[in-house]
Amino acid sequence: MDVHSPIKNEYVLEMRDICKAFPGVQALDKVSLRVRRGEVHALVGENGAGKSTLMKILAGAHPCDAGEILIDGKPVEISDPITAQRLGISMIYQEFNLVPSLSVAENIFLGRLPAAWGWAHLNRNALFASARELLDRLHLSVDPGEKVKYLSVAKKQMVEIAKALSLQAKIIVMDEPTSALTLAETETLFEMICHLKDQGVAVIFITHRLEEVFAIADRVTVLRDGHYIATRDICEIDQPTIVSMMVGRELTTLFPKVETKIGDTVLEVRNVNKEGALRNINLKVRKGEIVGLAGLVGAGRTDLAKVIFGIDSADSGEILIDGLPRPIRSPWQAIECGLGLVPEDRKEQALFLARPVRDNISMAVIRLLSWLGFAIRHRQEDDLVARYIRQLNIRTPSAMQLVRNLSGGNQQKTVIARWLAATPKVLIMDEPTRGIDVGAKAEIHALMGKLAQEGVGILMISSELPEILGVSDRIVVMHEGRITREFDRSEATQELIMQAATGREECGEGQ
Amino acid sequence: MKEHAEPITCVAKPARVGFYARFLDWIGRQIFQMGVLVGFLALCVFFTLTSPYFLSFDNMMNVARQISMIGIIAVGMTFVIIAAGIDLSVGSVVGLAGCITAGLLRDGIPMPVAILTGLSFGLISGIANGFLVTKGGLPPFIATLASMSVWRGLALTYTQGYAIFGLPKGFGFIGRSYMGPVPTPVVIMFVVFAIGYYVLNHTAFGRYVYAVGGNIQAAKLSGVHVDRTLLAVYGLSGFFSGLSGIILASRLMSGQGAAGTGYELDAIASCALGGISLMGGEGNLVGTIIGAFIIGVLANGMTLLNVSSFYQMMVKGLVIMLAVFVDLKLKARREKK
Repeated sequence: MDVHSPIKNEYVLEMRDICKAFPGVQALDKVSLRVRRGEVHALVGENGAGKSTLMKILAGAHPCDAGEILIDGKPVEISDPITAQRLGISMIYQEFNLVPSLSVAENIFLGRLPAAWGWAHLNRNALFASARELLDRLHLSVDPGEKVKYLSVAKKQMVEIAKALSLQAKIIVMDEPTSALTLAETETLFEMICHLKDQGVAVIFITHRLEEVFAIADRVTVLRDGHYIATRDICEIDQPTIVSMMVGRELTTLFPKVETKIGDTVLEVRNVNKEGALRNINLKVRKGEIVGLAGLVGAGRTDLAKVIFGIDSADSGEILIDGLPRPIRSPWQAIECGLGLVPEDRKEQALFLARPVRDNISMAVIRLLSWLGFAIRHRQEDDLVARYIRQLNIRTPSAMQLVRNLSGGNQQKTVIARWLAATPKVLIMDEPTRGIDVGAKAEIHALMGKLAQEGVGILMISSELPEILGVSDRIVVMHEGRITREFDRSEATQELIMQAATGREECGEGQ
Repeated sequence: MKEHAEPITCVAKPARVGFYARFLDWIGRQIFQMGVLVGFLALCVFFTLTSPYFLSFDNMMNVARQISMIGIIAVGMTFVIIAAGIDLSVGSVVGLAGCITAGLLRDGIPMPVAILTGLSFGLISGIANGFLVTKGGLPPFIATLASMSVWRGLALTYTQGYAIFGLPKGFGFIGRSYMGPVPTPVVIMFVVFAIGYYVLNHTAFGRYVYAVGGNIQAAKLSGVHVDRTLLAVYGLSGFFSGLSGIILASRLMSGQGAAGTGYELDAIASCALGGISLMGGEGNLVGTIIGAFIIGVLANGMTLLNVSSFYQMMVKGLVIMLAVFVDLKLKARREKK
C-alpha cells in the first residue's frame, strides 16, 4: 500500500475508510482513495467491487455510513450533488446529463445562464463566444450552436467534459467513458484527458479495459468485493498483477463445476446478420451444456440475445430449435418455442417492483395456471411459487412481499424462478450475477449447474472472465459483432479470451 | 490486503405462504387503504352532525344512485390507469352511447337491440382508443383527448342540439326502478365493481394489466401480449362508459348530446382519491370505490347544507389535492420503512 506522504495538500482528494451498506450487501468496507493533483487515477475492479458506489458517494448521490472525505487536505461534508459540484467535483456518467433539444452552448451553461439570457432576448453571441472559448481550450471541434441530440456519443462526452471545466472542476470522474467509443474516438478522449492534466485537473478513470489503464493512467487503485486492495504507480505494476489483485481468489472454489451429460443440439443460430450489430453469427447450444458468451461491452452479445429471443429482428439468417427452423418475431413466440431470457438489467427489463414476489414468479406461466386461461387457480399458483422460493432459497418473509423490498441477489433469483417455472429448453442469461453479493452469486452458479444436469441448455453472457471460465462448458468470444473464437473449457484462459475479445487474434470457427 | 468480509444477507425467514402470513399481509394492505377510508368516514360524520337528513336510508341510496354512473366509468378508468394509460373520452362516450340508444328507441327499434347497439358502440370506441395507443403509438392522453372531441361533436351533430324524447316507457326501468329498496343503477354499479374486482385480482388478464402498467418492457419479455392487453383495457373502459350512458339516458328518459360532460374528470378523481398511481402499475379497485363515494358524499352533503354549486366545485378540487397529497406522503413513508 502506498506510503503516507508528509507533504501537505499533495492530494487533491482523500477518501478515508469509507463504509457503505445497502440492504443485503456491504458495498464498501473501509475503502480509501487518494488522488494527486493533476493525475489520472484509474479505479479498477470487477463488477460489484464498489467502484461506482464509491464515486456516487464522492458525487453526493449516496451518503456514506462512515469515513471521511478531504479536499485539498480539508475535511468536507458532501451531502448532495450541488455541494459536490461547488467543491469542484464533476461526474461524467455513462448516461449523459444533457438536454438533447438544447444547443451545445446552452447545455454547457445550463442552470447558469445569466439572468438576461434567461428571458426572451437570449444573447446568443455572448453565450456562443464563451462556449467557443471553452471548447478551444480543449481543442474541440464542436459547433456551440449544434443541438446536442445530433452529436455522436463521443462528442456528447466532450460536451460533458467542457461543462465540467466551466464549473471549475478540480476532479473529474469518468465512469467507463470508452465503453461506447470507437478506437479513434478513444484516442481523442485520451488526448483531451492529457489537456485536462496539463491544466491541473485530476481525473478518476473507471474502466474494465486494463490496456487503457496502462495507456493513460499515472496510478491505479484496485477494489475487490467492497474492499480496498492496493494503490500502485503504473510503472511498477503489470497487467497480470492487476488481474490477480482484482480476482484474488481461486477460481475452482467459487465455481464448482458440475459434470453434465451433453446431448443433442437444442438451439442453433445460423448465419445471422444484423446491420451494425451482428455479422454472420453461427452458434450452437446443446442439451445440458452451458455456453459462455464472452466479449467487451458493445461486442454484440446482447444484440444476439435480443435477436434469438425475438425482441429485435435479424436482417438475415435463421434460428433453429431442436433442428427445426422457427420464425421468432416476438418474445411470446420465443417462450412458446421453449426459450427463456434473464435480461441484463433486472430492474428495467424483468421485475415488476411494485408487485409481490408471487406475481413476479408466475408471470410467464400465469395463463397456463388459469382455468380457460382466465381465472387463476390460486392453489396451484401458490404451490408453484412456494416451490421455487424454497428451491432457489429466495429470502423473503412471504410470497406477498413486494419485490422492491428484496436485496439484489434475491431479486435476481426471483427473475430466474420465473423462467424455471416456464421450464424452458434453452435459457439465455445476460449477466446473471451482475451487482449481487458473492453468496448469492455462488447460489446462482450452483443453480445453473443443476439446470444443465436436468438437460437445459444455457447461453450465458458475462463480462466477468472468472465467471465465464468457471461456469461454461464451451466459451464463445465475440468482438465487434463477430464470433472471433471458440474454446473448449479445458483450453481457455483469461489471456486467450481477452485477446479474442479485443480482436487481436482471429482464428477458430467464427471466421 | 484484507480478508473477505462475510456478506451481510437480509433477515432469512423460511418462506411460508401460510394462511396466517397471507392474512397479515392482507390486513397490512388494507391499512394503507384506510387513509382514504378514514377521510370518507370523517366526511360522513361531519355531514351527519350538520344535517339530520344526511344519514337517512333514503339519502344514502340517493348518494349511491348519483354516483352510480361515475362509479361504473371509474371501474374502467381504474384498469386504464393501472395499465399506465388515461381515458379522457369516457364522458363523450356516455353522451353518444345514450343518444344512439335513445335515437334507435325513438325510431321503434326493439329495446334489447337498441341497448346492445349502445353497448357495442362503447366497446368499439374503447378498442379504437386502444388501437390509436398501441398500433398508432399516440400518447394515451392525446389519443383519448382527440376521440373525446370527435364523439362529443358527433353526439351534438346527431341530436342537432335538441334532446331526443318519446322513448318507450319500459326503458325507464334501467335508471328509475328499484330492486327491493335499492335503485337499479346502484345494483348495476355494485355488479360492475364485483366483476372488476374479480378480474383485476383473480385472473391472468388482471395480472397482465398490472404488469403492462408497472414495467411494459418486462411484461413484453415475460411473454405478455402487451398490445392485446391494452386493447382489452381500453375496450373495457369504453364498454362501461357505454353502459353508464344508457343508464343516464334511461334516468333522463331522453338522449342528450351534452350528457356526461365532465364525467371523465370525476372518474379520474375517484381513482386518484383511491390511491391509484397515475404512473401505472399500482392501486386497487377498493380505493376507487371509496374515492367515488367521497365525491358523491361531498356533493350531496354540501347540497343539503345549501352550499352553492360554485363553492362545491372549489371544495371538491381542494379535497382532491389534500387527499392525494396525504396519500403520497403515506406511500413515501411506507417505502422508507
